[in-house]
Amino acid sequence: MLKKLMLAASILAVSVAPVLADEVIGLITKTETNPFFVKMREGAQAKAKELGVTLITAAGKYDGDNDGQVAAIENLIAAGAKGFAIVPSDSKAIVPTIQKARDAGLKVIVLDTPLDPMNAADATFATDNRKAGQLIGQWAKGTLGDKAKDAKIVFLDLATNQPTVDFLRDQGFMQGFGIDVKDPNKYGDEDDPRICTHEISQGDQEKGRTAMENALQKCPDVNVVYTINEPAAAGAWEALKAVGKDDGSVLLVSIDGGCPGVKNVQAGTLGATSQQYPLKMAAMALEAIHAGKIPEIDPAVGFLDTGAQLITAKPVDGVPSISVEEGLKLCWG
Amino acid sequence: MTHEAGTTHVAGYAPAAALAPDTMVVPALQARGLNKRYGRVVALDNADFDLMPNEILAVIGDNGAGKSTLIKALTGAVSPDHGEIWLNGEPVAFKSPIEARNLGIETVYQNLALSPALSIADNMFLGREKRREDFFGRMFRTLDKTYMQKMARQKLTELGLLTIQNINQPVETLSGGQRQGVAVARAAAFGSRVVIMDEPTAALGVKESRKVLETILRLKERGLPIVLISHNMPHVFEVADRIHIHRLGKRIAVINPKRHTMSDAVAIMTGAMAPPADEAA
Amino acid sequence: MSDNATGSAAAERGLAEAEPGGVASFDNADRGPIRRLQEILHQYPTSIPFIVLLIGVVIFSFAAPGKFLAPFNFSLILQQVTIIAILGVAQTLIILTAGIDLSVGVIMILASVVMGRTAVVYGVPVEIAFPLGLLAGLACGFVNGLIVTKLRLPPFIVTLGTWSIFGALNVWYSKSETIRQADMQESAPFLQWTGTIFKPYDFFARMGLDLGFLKGWVLNYGSIVMLLVAAVIWYVLNKTAFGRHVYASGDDPDAARLAGINTDRTLIGVYALAGFICAIAAWVLIGRIGGVSPQAGQTANLDSITAVVIGGTSLFGGRGSIVGTLVGALIVGVFRNGLALSGLELLWQDFAVGVLIIVAVTIDQWIRKISS
Repeated sequence: MLKKLMLAASILAVSVAPVLADEVIGLITKTETNPFFVKMREGAQAKAKELGVTLITAAGKYDGDNDGQVAAIENLIAAGAKGFAIVPSDSKAIVPTIQKARDAGLKVIVLDTPLDPMNAADATFATDNRKAGQLIGQWAKGTLGDKAKDAKIVFLDLATNQPTVDFLRDQGFMQGFGIDVKDPNKYGDEDDPRICTHEISQGDQEKGRTAMENALQKCPDVNVVYTINEPAAAGAWEALKAVGKDDGSVLLVSIDGGCPGVKNVQAGTLGATSQQYPLKMAAMALEAIHAGKIPEIDPAVGFLDTGAQLITAKPVDGVPSISVEEGLKLCWG
Repeated sequence: MTHEAGTTHVAGYAPAAALAPDTMVVPALQARGLNKRYGRVVALDNADFDLMPNEILAVIGDNGAGKSTLIKALTGAVSPDHGEIWLNGEPVAFKSPIEARNLGIETVYQNLALSPALSIADNMFLGREKRREDFFGRMFRTLDKTYMQKMARQKLTELGLLTIQNINQPVETLSGGQRQGVAVARAAAFGSRVVIMDEPTAALGVKESRKVLETILRLKERGLPIVLISHNMPHVFEVADRIHIHRLGKRIAVINPKRHTMSDAVAIMTGAMAPPADEAA
Repeated sequence: MSDNATGSAAAERGLAEAEPGGVASFDNADRGPIRRLQEILHQYPTSIPFIVLLIGVVIFSFAAPGKFLAPFNFSLILQQVTIIAILGVAQTLIILTAGIDLSVGVIMILASVVMGRTAVVYGVPVEIAFPLGLLAGLACGFVNGLIVTKLRLPPFIVTLGTWSIFGALNVWYSKSETIRQADMQESAPFLQWTGTIFKPYDFFARMGLDLGFLKGWVLNYGSIVMLLVAAVIWYVLNKTAFGRHVYASGDDPDAARLAGINTDRTLIGVYALAGFICAIAAWVLIGRIGGVSPQAGQTANLDSITAVVIGGTSLFGGRGSIVGTLVGALIVGVFRNGLALSGLELLWQDFAVGVLIIVAVTIDQWIRKISS
């Protein structure tokens, strides 16, 4: 009887062994649906195939869903993953869980949104969101020329609690435009008269339109609109069009570099956008975890910059940019 | 069980027929040998039932005697395992309460089956709304509210429930007795053959109960046979022409309230007294 | 408008007289002004949202002087609430049957993706893509209704599940790809029609009518679609047998069944109709944002419930009205716009909407007490 049991156990072990031997790497994004993350997942899947590893993907239910990400990390620890890449929804609250995973021997690479503190992960691969903001700020300033000193600017931000990406992009734009930002990690404390209003778009196209409509009520003479992302910009443009401000009198700038956004730059409805590279980010992370080797990171920056490039059809002297055609080759979503 | 169709069939059942006021009259609603089991519980055990035209028949019985199963079987809410039912001499087998209703058997349920937030008129025609006959009615299914309101008012007036002035007020704003009135009026409006009332006075005060009893008598004046299920002996003895006593899943007696006292009825119902020989079922 | 709550002084007299003799007069004497108010509100439940709307307008006229109280701003509010108002109409139908539909927002997005993507990406003529989108909405609603009635599960659970399921279908079919305004304009401008602006003053001026009070108003066809949807559903609820059955099924389903109503069929009809209305909302959404955004409308389900509840429709079913929901949606729009123009942060808008919900349900509970 005992023999039989042992035989059965050994057969089971044989059939399970190959699964255990297979290398598992995880990718956890903020949400399932945002095209930025959809593309990131596609990039990771392609890379996983190339490396011959099993990719397990997971996501929060909504932007800010920390619990969903905690559960996903626990599942990856249980699955015996070698490591995972994560775009944290809550850059503070997720830290203890990430520590737990690292204690269990998993390599953790944070993508896009740095943790707080940043060194809580093995490495951070991100776009420099502040720099992305600076690029469109500089471009807007250069485009306006002398008129920049009398500009009327509307900011369509992400959320009232100012997540990292939100204030980095917003403050970056201000710095690029030449506005005194006071506290560089917070918007709303500035006193520059050129700032007309900050409105919340939640990065949503419909809410972006509503936010722009309300902003227009407060600032009928607006001539620069900063938007947190391209869906918000598309919504804002609908609002501008509705009041006849689609005649080039308003500069609309954004950040993301998704294909629809780049096409809007091409069509002239969006003045410029800073392009980021989610595919590259995820692919690099998978490679690093698979090789078990974390690349060198400049301690002054604290994270590996996957880069951001300005895309515009009307380049400005002194602001590096790439053409729409190049942007279309690199775009995602 | 054999049964001949037509007017002579009652004669085959001497004991029951003997109880009827007139043996040659076809009962409005009749049942023979109804059986219904729920697992090991026997709810109906060869139960018989006779309702004669233009009478008020009270049905009494202790809790658990099978009264409500009997009523449900007669109104199509329950289909009996065995047994037969005749409506005005025609054999019938209801699959649902709607079928029974379509054949003219209206039931006033204990919970009244009224929709509190809807108006009196809406409730009267609930489930049998009338559409306008013009273009709008045919094309857009527009309801004929004017007609329904007029009919509702007329039915309430016929039953002496004139106090309800606004036919469009929600039923929930009515008193318990008035609601009962609406439910009875609805049954009277559509019940062409039989009206069954389940505990119509149970939830009412003295004054309101009186009003409902008057309504029942008025309904009888209009020629409708009525089945009255009640626990309230004074009410039963006040209005009933005959009393069907149900015990242990079957009819054990049908008594004449003029020849028996309330305590007799209760005694027979609880088994403390044997049913009188001439009236045993 | 509210056939369901029609009443008059005569009704109350009738009520009083009908009560048994002496008791009635005693009751009358005892009725204070609060009780009278409760009765009036019970008869005219839609009056509460109208009063709240009026209060909001007055407050913000002072809080945001010069900006709030202008035809153009009111036009904006109207445009901003249109989508939620249409979803609110669908939600009203469901809530009248004592149900709730968490999937209205995602049905709308799915339908917009089906319309837009089929036409723009797959190049199917809009004459086919548009009905296909409407059909998708209808089918989603039908599935909801089928599960609610045939599996006898609570609507909350069913639509919680289908919210997720339709959301997954949306990601699958849309590939999370946005459809740009310009691409839409090129291949399916019909889908953007609801966003077309028109000025009522100019419209009537062309007909030779000089209606000065219309000056400054800027509407879009989406608002007209909203009014049409509301009018049709109001008619269905108040003037057809189906409408009466919807109220009865929500009020007391057992009573409705005993009265001979096929409540299952009524419910399936309600959910399917709601799904269809969500697909019409999808059309209006495309008009508003110019294209299709698979990420839009994440909170639309809760926003629609908010509009319905503030509009005085009872979550317990059986009472409420379409007009109330329209006013409820307008209240939310007025408060959000007014608070924004007064310079308050979004968080205070959320705070105010929360307070409105709780006040609305409290009042509903209070006026319901009259029936017990």
